[in-house]
Amino acid sequence: MSIPTDYLLALSVVLFVLGILGVLVRRNAIVVFMSIELMLNAANLALIAFARQMQDLIGQVVVFFVIAVAAAEVAVGLALIVTIFKTKHSIDIDQVSGLRG
Amino acid sequence: MTTDVWIFLGLAAIAVASAISMLVSRNAVYSALFLVLNFVAVAVLYLLLNAAFIALVQVTVYAGAIMVLFLFVIMLLGAERLHTERALKWQQPAAAVLGLALLAEMAMVFFRGAGSPTAPSAVLGGAFGSPTAVGRLLFSGYVLPFEVTSVVLLAAMIGAIVLAREERRVRREKP
Repeated sequence: MSIPTDYLLALSVVLFVLGILGVLVRRNAIVVFMSIELMLNAANLALIAFARQMQDLIGQVVVFFVIAVAAAEVAVGLALIVTIFKTKHSIDIDQVSGLRG
Repeated sequence: MTTDVWIFLGLAAIAVASAISMLVSRNAVYSALFLVLNFVAVAVLYLLLNAAFIALVQVTVYAGAIMVLFLFVIMLLGAERLHTERALKWQQPAAAVLGLALLAEMAMVFFRGAGSPTAPSAVLGGAFGSPTAVGRLLFSGYVLPFEVTSVVLLAAMIGAIVLAREERRVRREKP
């Protein structure tokens, strides 16, 4: 007997909510970014669980593409953080209010 | 309760505990290392779910490349300890309340959907989710998205280089 899909979805939900809490609570931009990765990871877990449930490999292919796009997103996002740090000398996301009217 | 379920419970405990530790640790380097632990636990879970290929991609790309990039940036900026004055006093309680509300809402949706089939009824063959099957699907039905992925990665690479070099170019133009 294998793992019930319900358990996997419950774990996915818990990890996703923890990621959201990280985005809401932490002020360090890098930790906020890591929380976003945590949420992507939770979504991937749900996709894998459904791929097994439906016996359909397309779910796994989609997860592969999600990981590839996440890699691209991390590269650009971290470059942005480095650029912001060069100008503001801080990566506190409360300090980044340059577009405020 | 079979062995698989016990292994799942252990891995889930590790994943949730490392995620919570990532959120509460003050040092960003510790956060990154806890996130690596989380990714590895989820990768082992993928192995249990007939997704060996994705498990290895998770370890090499997520736990390997992406987290090394994170650690590089943390140490490059010296941003591991960031003591900040809090602009909004009520932010943390508000975030906790909103997070709990979201969790309750998701739990409600979850339990309303109970009664749907939970575990795959048929016994999964060993071939399901094998790297061979995933690779065959990737290179037959999904060749175009696969190639577009390379363009996306190239664009991200160029974007990262341009963003990181901008400062130096401006400085060279000044004198």
